[in-house]
Formats: sequence, C-alpha cells, structure tokens
Amino acid sequence: MTRPLVEVVGLAKTFDVSAPWLNRIAERKPRQFVHAVDDVGFRIERGKTLALVGESGCGKSTVARLLVGLYAPTRGRVVFDGIDAAGPGGSRPDAIRRRMQMIFQDPYASLNPRWKVLDIVAEPLREHGFGGEGAASGSSSAGAKERVIERVGALLSSVGLAPADAEKFPHQFSGGQRQRISIARALATEPEFLVCDEPTSALDVSVQAQVLNIMKDLQTSRGLTYLFISHNLAVVRHVSDEVGVMYLGRIVELAPKATLFAQPRHPYTRMLLDAIPDIHMSGRSRTPVQGEVPNPLNPPSGCAFNPRCPHANERCRTERPKLLEMQGTRVACHAVEEGRI
Amino acid sequence: MPEPLLEVRHLRVEFPTRRGKLVALDDISFDIAPGEILGVVGESGAGKSLTGASIIGLLDPPGRVADGEIRFAGRRIDNLPYEEMRKVRGRSIGAIFQDPLTSLDPLYTIGRQLVETIQTHLPMSAADARRRAVKLLQETGIPAAEERLDQYPHQFSGGMRQRVVIALALAGEPKLIVADEPTTALDVSIQAQIIALLKRLCKEHGAAVMLVTHDMGVIAETCDRVAVMYAGRIVEIGPVAAVIHAPAHPYTAGLMGSIPAMDEDRARLLQIDGAMPRLNAIPRGCAFNPRCPQVFGRCLVDRPDLLPAGATRAACWLHAERDVKAAA
Repeated sequence: MTRPLVEVVGLAKTFDVSAPWLNRIAERKPRQFVHAVDDVGFRIERGKTLALVGESGCGKSTVARLLVGLYAPTRGRVVFDGIDAAGPGGSRPDAIRRRMQMIFQDPYASLNPRWKVLDIVAEPLREHGFGGEGAASGSSSAGAKERVIERVGALLSSVGLAPADAEKFPHQFSGGQRQRISIARALATEPEFLVCDEPTSALDVSVQAQVLNIMKDLQTSRGLTYLFISHNLAVVRHVSDEVGVMYLGRIVELAPKATLFAQPRHPYTRMLLDAIPDIHMSGRSRTPVQGEVPNPLNPPSGCAFNPRCPHANERCRTERPKLLEMQGTRVACHAVEEGRI
Repeated sequence: MPEPLLEVRHLRVEFPTRRGKLVALDDISFDIAPGEILGVVGESGAGKSLTGASIIGLLDPPGRVADGEIRFAGRRIDNLPYEEMRKVRGRSIGAIFQDPLTSLDPLYTIGRQLVETIQTHLPMSAADARRRAVKLLQETGIPAAEERLDQYPHQFSGGMRQRVVIALALAGEPKLIVADEPTTALDVSIQAQIIALLKRLCKEHGAAVMLVTHDMGVIAETCDRVAVMYAGRIVEIGPVAAVIHAPAHPYTAGLMGSIPAMDEDRARLLQIDGAMPRLNAIPRGCAFNPRCPQVFGRCLVDRPDLLPAGATRAACWLHAERDVKAAA
C-alpha cells in the first residue's frame, strides 16, 4: 500500500468559550468548551480529492484550518508525506508549509483591496523565497523583479486570466475572477496539496462551473491533491473521489464517492441526500427532514444525531458510536452496525 | 384563463448616476395568476431582486420606475403615494427576504411584531390578534408557539426565524407573497423544510408567490412557471418542466448545463465563458451575444423580444429564424 500524502489521526480542536473570569466568579458560571472537531481521522492519496460535507457548525472549516496550520490541534496529528506537520516544538516546518496552501470561501474578503494582483500573487513567492534570492531578501534587483512578474503572469494564465491583469486591483474583478486570483496565489509556491474551504459557494452557478473546471484541469495537469470542503452535495459529487460526512464535529460516514451516493448508510447522510432539491423532477419520494442541528455547546449524549434520527434507540442515546469499517464504507451508527437499517 | 393577480408591463427601472442613467431593468413583462408560484431565476446582478423590490414598492432611491406599469388585481400600484403603498404592502402583497435576522427587529418580541403587523392590516382586538399570532406560529411548525411568542429573535435559530418571517408575511392575509431568496441563508436540510412549508402555507391561504432565487433545484421543486433573467431582461419564461428539460434560450441551456447533477457523471461541467456584462456596458443587440455559442449576424444588431419557442417564450433570434423557415 502506498503512503497517503495526507494522513490525519484522531484530530480534535476545542475552543474555550467561557465567560470572562470575573463573570465566572460572580455569576458562578462554569467553564464552557466547544468541541468543534473531535476525533477526526482520514487519509488522502496523492492526486485524489477528499470532500468533507456537512451543515454550518459541523466543524468542516475547522478541519481545513487545522490542516493548513491556522489552528493548532488540541489533540491528534496531521502527517504530511510522512512528516509530522506539528514539527519539533509544535511549529510547522517550512518544508511542509509551502507544500500545502489554502483557498478561502469569500473571494471579496480574502484579497487585500489595497494590493495589486501582482503583489497578492507574488506574496507567497517572496515569503518562501521563490523567484531568486533578490526577491527573497527584499532587494529589488531588476532581474529578480522581472522573474517575479513573469512567474505571476504564468500563474494568472494557468487560471484563465491575462498576465496583464497583474497590474489591476481586486475591485476590478468579478467574484469568479477573484476566486481565480486566489487559486493563482495558492499555486504560487507549487504546492502539492490544496485545502479548499467552500471555494465556490459565494459564486453563481455558471461561474462556479468555470472555477470547478479550472480546479479539475489543474488537478490533472499538476497532480494536485485536494481537501474540498463544501455543503453542496452536488458539487461534492462532481469533484471528489472520497467523501466524509461530518455532523457536530465528527465524521459520521466516510466512503468512496460512488458508494456514498449509491448506498448512503448513515441516517444523516440519507437525510442530507434527501434534502437536495430534485432538479429533474423525477418524482423521487422524499422523506421530510425533521429538526435542526443541536447547539454544539450542549450536544446530545450518545450519538449526536439521535434527536433527529428515525432509528434511534436507547443505545443511541447513551453510547457514542465509533466509526467502523463496513462493506467498504466507514460508518458511525449503531443501527447500521446492528443491521437494523 | 383567470384574470391575472399581478400584471407587470414593460417595466423599466433606472438608476440615475453622475455618468448617466443605468438601466437596471428593461422591458420586463409578466403575469402571476391567483395561487400560482412563479420562479424568477438568474445570476447576481441580473435584476431579479430589483423586480421583486419594484413590485412591493421598495426600490432603493435613486432607483425609480421609469416606464411601464405594475397592476395588482387590476389596480395600478407602481405610482401610488407612499402611504397608499404602505397599505398594499403586507395586506395585499407580503414579503419575505433573504436574511431572517435582519428582517426581524431585535428589540421587540416575536409576539409584539406579529400582533403589530396583524393589527395594522386587520381590524382585530389585541387578544384576537395574539390568538391569531399563536395560530400562525403553529401553522409554520414552531413548537410551543404560546411560549415562544414572548421571546426575542436572537432566541430563535436561523430556520426558526425564517418560519417567523413567513408567519409575518402571511399575517395580513396577502394574495401575493414576494419571497426574495428565502432559503439562501439556510442549511440544506432546513432549506427543504422551509420550501415545503412555504409551498403548503401559500396553498392553504390561497396566496400566489413570486419566488426569487438563484437555485434551479428550488425552482424545479416549487414553481409552476419560471422566468429566467439576464442583464436586466427576461430571456425565457415558461412552465418549469419545459424550461428545465427543453430550454429554448442558449443562456438557459448553459445555466442548466453548469449545474452539477446528482444523477449523472460528467468529467467537466458545461461552462458559459465570460461573465454577465455590467449595466453600463450592455452590448448592442442581444445582451448575451458575446457569450452565446450560437450567435449570428442579427444578434449583434437587433435586440430580440420574447418569441414563442415551443412550450416557452424566449428572447432569442434563433426562434424567429425557425418561424420564418416553418412559414416558408
């Protein structure tokens, strides 16, 4: 078995959301923690796409941020190409940092409005010392500057923009074009792994199609590996090789795309699939979805999904199910394990 | 054919700016029959929300209706004075907006907002209005409606807030509800609940709906007819099934092809190259011509009106050609 490019083991992130110290003393409030991500594990093979889906607040963006190192994990490990991403002393080794990059959801907030596209795309180059020593040390020798411009031009062309666009500012671009600039910036350090946090959810469908096509072309031509975060199952079905479904900080089902969409096992996955509007009006019967995501501050005991689950029994209310391997899928559900559904 | 509830004729909305007039909506005409659900779909900036805002008389100044007319149950409403329009709004035409948090006043309880709305539009005592408010909340599926009436908007989740907003829209028993992206801010599982609720309640109350959304899936599940907008104009309008399965306008076809499907695998999505033109740079002829795969001479010169195209009507010269050939 080949070594996966990315391996995540028992990843957890807890946020302290307690009231300020004085309030806790005066009002006798306990400390409060949100377990945003709890015991999440997966592996991504080189050149493949793992998609994480779930509703808002399920922890999928936190996983993305943990992976690229924007948050430090409370527990667990991220192993990148055999190297522990935490590194000695907890800081991330530079050798790994430039090999993974991130694309953010909001193309309006993720680009500095005062910088030219040239500076935006060239920033990672400077940061990681690409494009010659001149650029790295900050001295602007003409040769180094030209190399940077050339490189930015090539990056912009690879995402379908013109090299001349480097002289413009972000406000001169539409949402879809801005997202391409984000992609160009992410590609600047020639990473192998891209973490994409809802890269198309702020875009119109026709523009979304353009961006998804570019991402797919880049994956083919550069052999990129993606972690794709989305709440849109149709998009996930289009881009991914493997899909993880998250609910309240945990992965409840992890399966190859074809298996997951053909035979969803976990009741939550089935519910999500049922909730998608049927564009072809095939008259597919839909079970109405009940209830809402519970408050993560006070999650239900046992399986977090039990208050909304039509198959919940006593065991589901008391014992938290583990993610178990079952016929090619991994499911965390007592009912599936016991063969009740 | 029943008398249409809402008639929009040649509606034109302009925004005067220092650099000249921007025409945001141009020659928009459509009807909504009583009890009908009309979907309005398009990309951001196509003018779909603006169409809704014109109908409920909430155009942001300096935007103004420059031409055309809007009739509700035969009465012209686009030129009513502010106070008159206020009576129409809520009583005859209800509105639901995208963000359920900003649609509710955070300083008042849900009950107070509902009772106020009910008493504004219907002659009722405070006690009766409160009973009606409870009934409305129950109808929208809010558990323990009696107690929740005295809570504030921040005590409700996003899905629950949108249910309150729907209850508010229905409070004055309007005959038409303009729903502008009512589910866009919600999660998929909640979205399905809200759409089903909106559809059921409007049927029960006999209200017609103009559903503005960018989500073709929602349109397919909910609407009777759909209008597709592009650059301030309607490019295609017709029964939902016809528009989705046999789109007559190349833009509609491109839009449908760019949606990732749940039941087929494609290596690449169909994409429409380029982007929708800005309002100050709408090309001559058909506004879609620079992006259209089937563009020909006439598209660059003349602007097409809605022409009959199979089961739908489409603003595209391809269909004029076909008619000419058929006649010859």
